[in-house]
Amino acid sequence: MTDQDKILAEVTQSEYKYGFFSDIETDIIDIGLNEDVVRTIWEKKKEPDFMLEFRLDAFRKWQKMKMPDWAYLKVPPIDFQSISYYAAPKKKPQYESLDEVDPELLETFNKLGIPLEEQKHLAGVAVDAVIDSVSVKTTFKEVLAEQGIIFCSFSDALQEHPDLVRKYLGQSVPVADNFFAALNSAVFSDGSFCYIPEGVKCPMELSTYFRINSANTGQFERTLIVADNDSYVSYLEGCTAPMRDENQLHAAVVEIIALDRAEVKYSTVQNWYPGDKNGKGGIYNFVTKRGVCRGVSSKISWTQVETGSAITWKYPSCILLGDNSVGEFNSVAVTNNHQQADTGSKMIHIGKNTKSTIISKGISAGKSDNSYRGLVKVLPGATNSRNFSQCDSLLLNDTCGAHTFPYIEVGNKSSIVEHEATTSKIGEDQIFYCNQRGIDTEKAIGMIVNGYAKEVLNKLPMEFAVEAQKLLQISLEGSVG
Amino acid sequence: MLTIKDLYVSVEGTEILKGINLEVKPGEIHAIMGPNGSGKSTLANVIAGKEEYEVTHGSITYMGEDLLEQSPEDRAKAGLFLSFQYPVEIPGVPMVNFLKTAVNEHRKHRGEKELTAGEFLKFMREKMEMVDLHAQLTNRSVNEGFSGGEKKKNEIFQMALLEPKLAILDETDSGLDIDALKTVAHGVNALRTPENATIVVTHYQRLLDYIIPDYVHVLYQGKIVKSAGKELALQLEEKGYDWIKQENGN
Ligand SMILES: Nc1ncnc2c1ncn2[C@@H]1O[C@H](COP(=O)(O)OP(=O)(O)O)[C@@H](O)[C@H]1O
Ligand SMILES: [Mg+2]
Repeated sequence: MTDQDKILAEVTQSEYKYGFFSDIETDIIDIGLNEDVVRTIWEKKKEPDFMLEFRLDAFRKWQKMKMPDWAYLKVPPIDFQSISYYAAPKKKPQYESLDEVDPELLETFNKLGIPLEEQKHLAGVAVDAVIDSVSVKTTFKEVLAEQGIIFCSFSDALQEHPDLVRKYLGQSVPVADNFFAALNSAVFSDGSFCYIPEGVKCPMELSTYFRINSANTGQFERTLIVADNDSYVSYLEGCTAPMRDENQLHAAVVEIIALDRAEVKYSTVQNWYPGDKNGKGGIYNFVTKRGVCRGVSSKISWTQVETGSAITWKYPSCILLGDNSVGEFNSVAVTNNHQQADTGSKMIHIGKNTKSTIISKGISAGKSDNSYRGLVKVLPGATNSRNFSQCDSLLLNDTCGAHTFPYIEVGNKSSIVEHEATTSKIGEDQIFYCNQRGIDTEKAIGMIVNGYAKEVLNKLPMEFAVEAQKLLQISLEGSVG
Repeated sequence: MLTIKDLYVSVEGTEILKGINLEVKPGEIHAIMGPNGSGKSTLANVIAGKEEYEVTHGSITYMGEDLLEQSPEDRAKAGLFLSFQYPVEIPGVPMVNFLKTAVNEHRKHRGEKELTAGEFLKFMREKMEMVDLHAQLTNRSVNEGFSGGEKKKNEIFQMALLEPKLAILDETDSGLDIDALKTVAHGVNALRTPENATIVVTHYQRLLDYIIPDYVHVLYQGKIVKSAGKELALQLEEKGYDWIKQENGN
């Protein structure tokens, strides 16, 4: 082992910094899944009738579906009957001030470095905190309400705006879209809902911090964002999870709908527990994220920084239905130790003159596998459409893997689709150059990797970009060889 | 300050340095000359601590301590600076961030307060004048898109920021036009103090018109075959390296 390898090995083995577990009282239903469980969830949440139909329809379809096996992932068998499908904090408190908030919860946020206290004052950021599937705290609601913006937990939306939810739910991601989306549709317990009315530019970044907390509770969040004509919103999703031994399943669904000339920016920093250095434990993350640019000249952009989870299966996509609509996908995916990621994007061009861009930066370390999988499909009617895809992979050693699976289907002659891909290994010369200037290897790797991912990081809102940079550094602590 | 004793170095099993002895004292300037491939960069890199160079025999002592025991970054923080023959590009990493990190690592090591962004910018501007480096360059990524000359000036600029005790300039003159050469030399001379020492590695003697060495050593086939005062550089210029080659039997 060379000195550098030793340093790398040492840092790689630094434990997950956000690994802790808070002990908030939760109300969990028995494990297992059947129609009764689906009904129980619906009852417990006192949802409108249409939701029961929605859930049961999804459940029945799910029962006939199989887990997808086409991804470049080794997924251990998951026993869907050994999971509890509902967990909620026992009492749903109404907080007037922070003094009333469960100190355990505050402590949790403190450990994450995002105390609610600060969040409230954080310029322009409203926080809808999701703990174990149910919203516990919503802030800035009033400010937003003045503009007619709705930003609340999914449960609240179902109580207060059932018609809006009914109109748009399942429009981007149909209940039977895929195995995990169907499961989510059947059992999701909560999430966020956001509606930006016509002509309104949301004055602040809307932000949600997800957190997985109870043992053995699958997480099934649902997010629905609707941007009406000529509106704009930037939405942030960030998460981190406690250290845990058993594997935890996560299957979220995010749906976005952009109407005429509306723009939605969706940014994610994902930092779930990736398992220990031997590949034990960690979150299984099977996410369906899709946006429909339904209106003319609408725009949806996905920006993600993925550093966590033992397994990531995730393809934020855009359906470019409206003429002149624009889709973007910007991604940094880091895998270390035994992590596996199969992630990428789908851009479906249906409207005329539609444009899409995919920028994917994969960073692999340890014994991990990092795959980019992308589909660019231009339908015959989507004349004069364009896509540009750039997929870069950076390897930090010889034991990790990077793979690229681009699928391109172009259905007309006036459209142009370009795909570029590179794979490179982190330069020992670059690290030595930094060392010679007094910068240790760990910091050097952090710097080099952040430089490599800069194009994507620059797309993140400021406060998120800073967090993301730190995260990249933390998750790669020592990984060259 | 620096004492090299009977140093043997191999790369990938090939012996490149074969018994180097060198003593550098504070305030001195040493020039190391020699034809291409004689091992000059190897010597510079070994002193800086590059991993792939394996020391098979001998010792290097720096400031009274065993240098070979120290990591490259510790050597750097102890005041050792290498101006690279081929400075590497680091895409996406802004010069300013890189330099600020480097300077603050040095300051931390010395037990000084880290500079804030504002303080650093001020400090940086002062030093930039010294080497006539274009202000725009510091907004770019490290060495990315720099011309050959700019890269070399950038090395001296970093030297000015880090204020090393012992600087090794590996072919800092190559690829420079006469004006750039003078600027670089001026920078090096301006940074000179009675406590500092410099090792100038060069293929040509022209840099030595501007940086006057106390000693000139000729490195040939991994050995120092001649050492003398500055007049040796002129002799070499006149007679060429063939003279050395002949004297050493090929
Ligand atoms: N990293 C390396 N791997 C293999 N051979 C090397 C390496 N570095 C230098 N060498 C070899 O060592 C010899 C000396 O090279 P170098 O120190 O660069 O000479 P100089 O700087 O005097 O031109 C050359 O034959 C060169 O090919
Ligand atoms: Mg050389």
